[in-house]
Amino acid sequence: MSINSWGNYPKINNNSIKFNTIDDLKNQLKNHSEIIACGNNRSYGDSALSNNIIQVKPFNKFLDFDQKAGVLHIQAGVLLADIIKYFVPRGWFLKIVPGTKFITIGGAIASDVHGKNHHIDGCFSESTLEFSLMLPDGQIKLCSPSKNQDLFRATCGGMGLTGVILDAKISLRKINSKFISQTTIKTENLEDTFAAFEKYNSEKYNFAWIDCFARGKNLGRSIMTIGDFADDGQLDYIPSQKINIPFFLPNFTINKFTAGMFNKLYYYQTKQQISHQKLDLDAYFFPLDGIDNLNRVWGKSGFLQYQCILPKETAFVGLTELIECISRTKLGSHLSVLKKHGKANENYLSFPLEGYSLALDFKMNNGLFKHLDHLDQILQKYGGRIYLTKDARVSKQVFERGYPNIEKFRELRKKYKMSQKFNSLQSHRLGL
Amino acid sequence: MPYLLIIGAKSDIAKAIANKYAENGYDLYLAARNSKELETFAQDIRVKTDKKVECLELDILDFASHQDFYNNLNEKPEGVASAVGYLGDQTESQKEFNEAQTIINTNYTGVVSLLNVIASNFEARKSGFIIGISSVAGERGRQSNYTYGSAKAALSAYLSGLRNRLTASNVAVITVKPGFVDTQMTEDMDLPKALTATPQQVADDVYNAQVNGKNIIYTRWFWKWIMLIIKTIPEWKFKQLKL
Repeated sequence: MSINSWGNYPKINNNSIKFNTIDDLKNQLKNHSEIIACGNNRSYGDSALSNNIIQVKPFNKFLDFDQKAGVLHIQAGVLLADIIKYFVPRGWFLKIVPGTKFITIGGAIASDVHGKNHHIDGCFSESTLEFSLMLPDGQIKLCSPSKNQDLFRATCGGMGLTGVILDAKISLRKINSKFISQTTIKTENLEDTFAAFEKYNSEKYNFAWIDCFARGKNLGRSIMTIGDFADDGQLDYIPSQKINIPFFLPNFTINKFTAGMFNKLYYYQTKQQISHQKLDLDAYFFPLDGIDNLNRVWGKSGFLQYQCILPKETAFVGLTELIECISRTKLGSHLSVLKKHGKANENYLSFPLEGYSLALDFKMNNGLFKHLDHLDQILQKYGGRIYLTKDARVSKQVFERGYPNIEKFRELRKKYKMSQKFNSLQSHRLGL
Repeated sequence: MPYLLIIGAKSDIAKAIANKYAENGYDLYLAARNSKELETFAQDIRVKTDKKVECLELDILDFASHQDFYNNLNEKPEGVASAVGYLGDQTESQKEFNEAQTIINTNYTGVVSLLNVIASNFEARKSGFIIGISSVAGERGRQSNYTYGSAKAALSAYLSGLRNRLTASNVAVITVKPGFVDTQMTEDMDLPKALTATPQQVADDVYNAQVNGKNIIYTRWFWKWIMLIIKTIPEWKFKQLKL
């Protein structure tokens, strides 16, 4: 059986490799080339697709927890969901979580994921103290911001192309509730939205749902939410139950009419300009995890997510042009997310930089690639870049322009003979 | 916190039960042969749940050691779960009595030897629960695994008698009859996916059965009905089937 990515596009035949012990894995590396490690198959595009895929998820033991320092040592296959399940009741939470908790620690490092608090706490690598990495020859290196720094910088955000992450020490934050106190702010247009991000920049978590169908004076209208953990001592957390989508919905389920309607409804259901809510952490951080196999709503042909980021200097004009283009073609997605980011870190291929990111879902169809190429051009014009974790199609040229450290990454891959062993469809496409 | 003693702790079902009970507040004794190999697993539970987990050396075939094994437990467990199981090689067991004996002694005699010791302790203190993992294979002998099946049939009968004896002493005995489960024991078999449970599902069923005071459960639940049909087939017909 072949493994598919979260977007169900592209699809290839592949050989799935399991391992029980470190020696086992060493042998597997010896016997295969064109190999890539994969966690829980939640990256959207082709970054974890290859002829041979190492299944790291079953390698999922908790190794140690230092109560005093709040440092957790786990194997790379542990899911964020498991850490949350076991540690929230004890008053701890991950410092960085992306929009899904169903990813592995290895995946979180390899994608250097970020969350709604990037503007304050940075990426996942900023909460990663160290990890061990198996190189192509089976050697294991301990990597941290001070030890084997080049490997650390390349592996965080390196899409699995530097080796297999085996285990990691990450630092957790103390919490005193399973609830998030949230404030919702309705904005009228992009200027308004930007002003709100500036105004609430010191709030721990913030992001906005943006209506990519609205045009003219409404362009950029959003529902922004800000929040942080409540302080009510309620820690009796039980992971929320999931609704399942048991089969692929027909391809016509999502189209420009339903998407447009949905955006309008979503915007208008929020009546007040500013309102306050208290909600469960799952509902706040992982609203889409509530539905199992959500990717099936886009039908069998799959979908693409397009996530890009623009530097703060050009973000306003750039986003205006992007949204105009998206709303004109009506290919836009149900829910698009806008987020203000803090400073970039020093990792070679980490996505965030100081500015604004926009994430959109598109159903796969014939005209889509051309449309996205057009968005790429706008992005390039304003000095932006795309997120590799969500990408299945960007051109090498657009990619390279966005990532000035790519040559460092390529040199390191050559130096450690990684490029002869670890490859994905994405690394071939982009010459990583 | 109360302890649960798990015997045959290396099996996948045992490990799932260990996780389930630790998550629900139990400390654990994990007993198995070469119990050192369980250390990573034990540490995993310790880190996740902050519960005490001890790995104990136990050879289920060394009957004479069982009394000492139990005496040596500092704090006696509130409950015990036996997940000891050895499928063995049916064809081999027909030719070599050694194999037949190992199957019978592992699945039945050894468990009886240890549970006798534990049952007396629970009976005397008038509390506790005993979970025995038997099998649907013990419901009717089939040519593909009847040595194993007959040992499990004996175990089911033993548990039934034990329940009858201990009810007056407020000790619960739960007989668990799993159907197909996706474990190391069955990894070479081509099992129908729809009928195959995960070890976690079995552990959930076991825990719920114990908490809700059930006596005999099939896991997954539909095996009750599958076995009903299998048991209803008349013997003259059954003997002709290739099962």
